[in-house]
Amino acid sequence: MKGTARCPRCRSVLYRRIPDSLDRTLALALAGLFLFIAANAFPFLALKMQGNVTHTTLSTGVKALYEQDTPFVASLVLLTTIVAPLLQISSLIFVLAPLRLGRRIPGQARVFRLLRRVQPWSMMEVFILGILVSLVKLLGMAQIVPGIALWSFVLLIPVLAAASSSLDAEWIWRRVGLAQ
Amino acid sequence: MTGDAAASAVENLASCHDCGFVVRLAAGAHHAKAHCPRCRAPIHRRKPDSLNRTWALVITAAMLYIPANLFPVMTVISLGKAQSDTILSGAIYLLVHGMWPLALIVVFASVVVPLLKLIALAFLLISVQKGSSWRPRERTKLFHIVEAVGRWSMTDIYVVTILVALVSLGNLATIEAGVGAIYFAGVVVATMLAAESFDPRLIWDQARESSG
Repeated sequence: MKGTARCPRCRSVLYRRIPDSLDRTLALALAGLFLFIAANAFPFLALKMQGNVTHTTLSTGVKALYEQDTPFVASLVLLTTIVAPLLQISSLIFVLAPLRLGRRIPGQARVFRLLRRVQPWSMMEVFILGILVSLVKLLGMAQIVPGIALWSFVLLIPVLAAASSSLDAEWIWRRVGLAQ
Repeated sequence: MTGDAAASAVENLASCHDCGFVVRLAAGAHHAKAHCPRCRAPIHRRKPDSLNRTWALVITAAMLYIPANLFPVMTVISLGKAQSDTILSGAIYLLVHGMWPLALIVVFASVVVPLLKLIALAFLLISVQKGSSWRPRERTKLFHIVEAVGRWSMTDIYVVTILVALVSLGNLATIEAGVGAIYFAGVVVATMLAAESFDPRLIWDQARESSG
């Protein structure tokens, strides 16, 4: 199969053959994994107010929301900024790495199905807008210093977007699916 | 093949919601518990019970939308003074401070998007139920826009999270999440699930029946 197939009725793209999809997507997913670890391990933002410096990590807000008895909001933030991106990256590696080595391992089809379900809940780019708005609201009240984790997070967004757009799902399904 | 035979051949085809595999279902077995032979996902010709589920979620979201806008999403306690912000007053704050490009984005993301999403989904549901064959291509496009912009409503939830994290540890001020944030998070989840349960092919089913 090559080229692009479109729906004759609504003109949406049905299938597009992506060259070197496996190598490109796997490389981007691995890069994403390192950035994700950096985004969670290092300080995200620091707040300087009246001589005090407070460091926060990505999960600080989630913890604070749990402590303020809003577990639903805390879980939603946890899901959309940490759990969903991690599942997205790890399931890509789980499905693609064995294929790259010419192997099939049990559960690949199940995990690849999960990937499609998880994707809409990964909202890192929206989180960046949230940070911008927060910075503006804190102007004049305190000084905010971005940390290594924030830059990793900002880089992670285009890396994961490129991984999704270089993924040739039909090609993968033909290899990990049960029937052909 | 005659038009009728072609239509009924298409009628029995189902594409898997998860992997896109096209399966021929036995005639009349649309609601049987079939599974995709390639990925094992349950397979249906159309998403099951799409209209009822989408309506239920749209109505839920519409009801949550009211307290989400009335109650404060956060309260800032600074030097003994407490100041509460709703979704709208938070956006107005940005406008007053001259940050109008950001204010526009915030108003769009947190006020316009959820409302637009609810109105658009209700419009699509009603048009499908009425059997409308009006501009199916544009209605499909509308659905895809609704599906794509919904996530941006999460902005306000993130702002509350970040401010709570940064400021609650300081000495001079504390920021607390308000009830409004819980309702607002509910609106976002309900509208996302609503978009997910709507099957845009229903728009075309009607269009074909009336033209053929």
